[in-house]
Amino acid sequence: MADQILQVEHLEKYYQKRHVLYDINFSVAKGEVVTLLGPSGSGKSTLIRCLNGLEPYQKGTITFEDQQVDPTEKNWQQIRQKIGMVFQSYDLFPNLTVIDNIMLGPTKVQKQSADAARAEAIQLLQRVGLEDYADAYPRMLSGGQKQRIAIVRALALHPDFMLFDEVTASLDPEMVRGVLNIIKDLAETDNMTMIVVTHEMNFAQEIADRVLFLENGKILEQTPSKQFFAKPQTDRAQEFLDSMDF
Amino acid sequence: MDHSGISVLFEGTNFTRLLGGLWVTVKIAGVALILGLILGIVLGVLRTFKNRLLRLILRLYLEFFRIVPTVVLLFLFYYILPKQLNFNLPADQIATLVFALWVGAEMSDIVRGALISVPKHQRESGLAIGLNRYQLYRYVLIPQAITLEIPATINLATRVIKTTSLLMLISVMDVINIGQQIIEANNHTHPTGVFWVYGLIFLFYFLIDYPLSWWAKRLEKRRLERTNG
Ligand SMILES: Nc1ncnc2c1ncn2[C@@H]1O[C@H](COP(=O)(O)OP(=O)(O)OP(=O)(O)O)[C@@H](O)[C@H]1O
Ligand SMILES: [Mg+2]
Repeated sequence: MADQILQVEHLEKYYQKRHVLYDINFSVAKGEVVTLLGPSGSGKSTLIRCLNGLEPYQKGTITFEDQQVDPTEKNWQQIRQKIGMVFQSYDLFPNLTVIDNIMLGPTKVQKQSADAARAEAIQLLQRVGLEDYADAYPRMLSGGQKQRIAIVRALALHPDFMLFDEVTASLDPEMVRGVLNIIKDLAETDNMTMIVVTHEMNFAQEIADRVLFLENGKILEQTPSKQFFAKPQTDRAQEFLDSMDF
Repeated sequence: MDHSGISVLFEGTNFTRLLGGLWVTVKIAGVALILGLILGIVLGVLRTFKNRLLRLILRLYLEFFRIVPTVVLLFLFYYILPKQLNFNLPADQIATLVFALWVGAEMSDIVRGALISVPKHQRESGLAIGLNRYQLYRYVLIPQAITLEIPATINLATRVIKTTSLLMLISVMDVINIGQQIIEANNHTHPTGVFWVYGLIFLFYFLIDYPLSWWAKRLEKRRLERTNG
């Protein structure tokens, strides 16, 4: 079990009275890329948000890097530095320039020196081809550029684990590939561990080691990626793939 | 009538006395605004927390200062409370205190409104990079709230400046009180002086408030242009 980075056991989630996640069990190994697929409303966002403490859960346990998480706000705040998350909406801080967006976590949360944080931020910007925009404000950028910077902002904290929740879903089609390539590069070059929620089936197939298929708040199957896309174990997953025009 | 009314403004030290009164007015309004702003930001932030009791108390505080007319507040703090509680402050400090508490109450509502209208995703992406609650407010939420609240704050400032005209009721030597004294002292020699003195006071208030409300409108327009465009 030493190479498990994350383990989720018997997790149950309610929004008030409404039961949205049922007995969720899975684990993620170091360096593994898991894609979380499932129809709209199946609970993908809710699950991924539970994994970094943005949503409270009512039962079950999350174990991160061999430590069972005691779900207090203070603990989550520590753990979140190791778990990067990028959302669907472009959520850069509009009051800060690109470079300040990226440096905020490293300097304030991790108390790195401004010089070190800046040097690394520039390097990361170069990696995504946006070093010319360091001093721009988010409103001057396209959706695709914002999303690439949101990824950089998460990476600047040196996370061990990344969560992506439909990061290309609100982008213009011609922007999508650029963002997906960065995620792919992270998986291949950095061997980053990640959970990716996406509607891009081609991309899921390219990147995933394993697929978790979620429906109505339950994990219906966990299947190695090749096998899932060739022939999933459940009819529901097959119907889902068919409906995705894939 | 050999004396034209306007000359009353420039006789003796009248004009400098009026300017002195204006300074008192501006100082009380200015200090009250600065203190009230700080108080209002703190209370506004507290009002976005989950603690119900705290929210209720702060809500009552706001409603009290909103419902009770400023004149009544001034009387209460100047005539009634000092006797009951046995403290004595000069009238201008009482006035500053009352205005600061009032500004703090109104500001707390403006700040709270601005804070809760910052999109939920902003809060979440702040949390996602590991910010604690203090850092989240300090670097993400408050800076964004401030751009939303500046026009309302300037409008509040113009209201505060206008309301300082009540200060004479607790005998603060503000511009209106001094104007009144000048009018009374010169009533026989300059019967039309009253128009000139109040005309000048009107001009003073206009010169302070008009640029402020123009500024507020411009900022609001720019903000709307920016969010729409
Ligand atoms: N804040 C909330 N309060 C109450 N119910 C919610 C809330 N957020 C989501 N839900 C409900 O929980 C269920 C799961 O929602 P969730 O957003 O996790 O689904 P999803 O799989 O991410 O869907 P999509 O593909 O559309 O993003 C849905 O039925 C949704 O209506
Ligand atoms: Mg979702």
